[in-house]
Amino acid sequence: MKEHRILINKIILTLSTLAAILGLGFLIWILFVLVKNGLGAMNLNIFMYDGAPPGVAESGLRHAMVGQLMLAVGATVIGVPIGILAGTYLSEFGQNSKLANFIRDISDIMMSAPSIVIGTFVYAIMVAPMGYFNGYAGIVALAIMMIPIVLRTTDDMLSLVPNTLREAAIALGAPKYKMITQVVYRSAKVGIFTGILLSFARIAGETAPLLFTSFNNNFFNLNFNEPIGSLTVTMFSYATSPYEDWQKLGWAAAFILAMFILGLNIVSRFFINRKRK
Amino acid sequence: MLRKSLVSLLAASTLMMAADKLNGAGATFPAPLYYDWAYTYEKTTGTKVNYQSIGSGGGIKQVKSRIVDFGASDEPLQSDVLKKDKLMQFPAAIGSIVVVYNIPGIKDNEIKLKNEIVGDIFLGKITKWNDPKIKADNPNVNLPDKEITVVHRSDGSGTTFNFTYYLSEVNKEWKEKVGTGKAVDWPVGLGGKGNEGVTNYVKQTPFSIGYVEQAYKRQNNLSGATVTTASGKWVEATEDNAKASAKYAKWSKDGDFYQILALQPGDNSYPIVAGTFILLPEEKADMNKDVVKFFDNSFKNGDKSAIELGYIPLPEETKNLIRSYWKDKGIY
Amino acid sequence: MKYMMDTLFENLTRFLALLVLVVLVAVFVVLYNNAEPAIEKYGLSFVTNEKWAPNMNIFGGFPAILGSVLSTLIAMLLATPIAIGIAIFLSEIAPAKLKTSFGVSIELLAAIPSVIYGMWGLFYFAPVVREIFGGNGIGLLTGGFILAVMIFPFIAAITRDSMNTTPDILKESAYALGATKWDVIKDVVIPYAKAGVIGSVILALGRAIGETMAVTFVIGNVHQIPSLITDATTSIPVTLANEFNEAESKLHYASLFYLALLLFAISFIVIAFAKFYFLRKVRKAK
Repeated sequence: MKEHRILINKIILTLSTLAAILGLGFLIWILFVLVKNGLGAMNLNIFMYDGAPPGVAESGLRHAMVGQLMLAVGATVIGVPIGILAGTYLSEFGQNSKLANFIRDISDIMMSAPSIVIGTFVYAIMVAPMGYFNGYAGIVALAIMMIPIVLRTTDDMLSLVPNTLREAAIALGAPKYKMITQVVYRSAKVGIFTGILLSFARIAGETAPLLFTSFNNNFFNLNFNEPIGSLTVTMFSYATSPYEDWQKLGWAAAFILAMFILGLNIVSRFFINRKRK
Repeated sequence: MLRKSLVSLLAASTLMMAADKLNGAGATFPAPLYYDWAYTYEKTTGTKVNYQSIGSGGGIKQVKSRIVDFGASDEPLQSDVLKKDKLMQFPAAIGSIVVVYNIPGIKDNEIKLKNEIVGDIFLGKITKWNDPKIKADNPNVNLPDKEITVVHRSDGSGTTFNFTYYLSEVNKEWKEKVGTGKAVDWPVGLGGKGNEGVTNYVKQTPFSIGYVEQAYKRQNNLSGATVTTASGKWVEATEDNAKASAKYAKWSKDGDFYQILALQPGDNSYPIVAGTFILLPEEKADMNKDVVKFFDNSFKNGDKSAIELGYIPLPEETKNLIRSYWKDKGIY
Repeated sequence: MKYMMDTLFENLTRFLALLVLVVLVAVFVVLYNNAEPAIEKYGLSFVTNEKWAPNMNIFGGFPAILGSVLSTLIAMLLATPIAIGIAIFLSEIAPAKLKTSFGVSIELLAAIPSVIYGMWGLFYFAPVVREIFGGNGIGLLTGGFILAVMIFPFIAAITRDSMNTTPDILKESAYALGATKWDVIKDVVIPYAKAGVIGSVILALGRAIGETMAVTFVIGNVHQIPSLITDATTSIPVTLANEFNEAESKLHYASLFYLALLLFAISFIVIAFAKFYFLRKVRKAK
């Protein structure tokens, strides 16, 4: 009986270790492919030139990098204030009320909503009535995906602020809104900031919500009222194309975007760790 | 007063924007050509023509709903449809569709496929490369005992429209079961997005067969099959053979240049040739003038790159006919 | 004045919190309205109709729905055991040093944009599937595989977190009674972490069924019911990505919205189920 148990123990532990090795294997494979192709495709032209027909040497991703950044920053400008204030309501006013808990659940559901459906939704409410693909529609689609994440982090972070701080502020005669904006926010700021970074990283890698909204643009464009190129949509069209130089650019785009997003994740991890200490 | 001047300022600024940026979308068939033309146009005039290759279906849809400044399609629209949607139409170039394959060790034009056989392969009736029906016309080719992977389009495509039009004409069963259209219910195979996607899948997948515009075949060194003319003679997809078909085109302003070029008579007329068309929304006169300027300029300076890429430029007289069409419509 | 600002602030935050609800309702309403011509024409038989032929103006959602379900199923069957294995390894077996470095890299892998998984799948993984399983490498199985690779880090990370919440004192008393590691995992850790693990698996399922980019490169993009696991097929998000920008006929456009509505409803139900049954977080009263 005892030996039997030890045998099973050994089998399970071996299987778990094998699973871990397999998982790690895929990790290394993907990262290796990304770094090899990405670095291999990297050159200065990528940062200096915009989209060009296949076969043209002066071809780059400048337009797409700037476009992706514009879209992500635009979404942040809309999504972060809404997310923070909505999260504030849940944590500071709604607390454990039925309404607050209901909104929490709904927000969590929206957080996992299929991103392509958000794209079709925004096409129907913005692109179709306005009459053209445009960057505003892109940032609205991304903001819809961002708000639930910021809301959730704000809610969580604010609920970690000790009540004694709130009580002290109220005892000093501060009105509630001042107590929240000056005391509660201040002590939760690192946590909220980390949440914003992570949500920014999440939406900066989105493709599907942009296909029907900001569409794509081969040229450098700073106008939100027009189609805007992005790294992700460019990657999609370049990687599915047969041209080797476009595929190379696709890998370069993948590498740049992945490094950017992994960098953001590492930075936010640093903040989380610092906070723990 | 202030409001009025603000409005006119706004209008002026949108006009200024319109002058240096144009958004077009549609057919992937002429995309390599339009990219080239747009690239040169931006270099010489500063006007940015943002052409997105999303398929003819997308081009028609987006110009109908006025979401782009011009649409592009290789399926021409009939005059009554154009009238209903308040669109204008003119051809921009001619191209040919090549039946391409990827069989390791077998070179370009080494395989001969009768038109009807092409239909049987796309119907899934012939499933292996060494099928006796293929072997019969290729006695000296070492055909492998491998499953054929059919690659077609996943999106609404003018290339598909012309290809399925051709298949419907040469293969009865195809006509009954599948028919002609930009997007059909494919009996077999896998779908690539755009000519780009089909080319990519054919390149990636050994023992596959697909159909793409000549430019995609050339740029990517794919192998193409020799097929048959309408009269049953073997014919390769060369520039001369495509031109032989193109010369039968009867372009006319009255029908808004509606023209299907597949299966023309003549002993060396390549059977799958097609014009590619531009669609303009009637009411956007100013924008149309800018679009027309781009195509006029490309008609003047773009023939060379069209030939290099594998397209057939429109003959001078057709170009003049188009210019007079533009004049009639007040946009030239 | 003091109270007015307070009321103003509270109302502003409440309004914005309600906005989330408004968006959710708006998505349903807008999708439904746009899908209406297709709903009127086909009703629920849309779900079981097999033919999708835009040239004949016939639209049936069954192949896309089936493709979504099957690719997600394959992904879950492959990813869940591996992810749980990794979680066990991370929380119970690995030496402390490996725990953090491996744990962090798993979490980072979960952050890579899905379009990159798709590219990797097309150029590197599809040929491997072709070699091993036959077919042409593009199809249902490859789609499921890529989805599995995409979601296992996500499941592993959450499962590990739930396992780590098991109080040490419980584990130690079990060891003191002569339990093996597996006994402890089976009888102490898993019962303790069960709800969290199941919840995370369902959340991952929700994510997989709505994923577009990782799948569209490799699933084959055809409305067909696969007869072999390696056959090409499609899924709802892939169909939307391929056809939405070009759906010319009214019915085609409406049918795509119908598919989007179905997908949204499925993911809503899946996630709501995970939330209400397994991930109900009890908020600490202040």
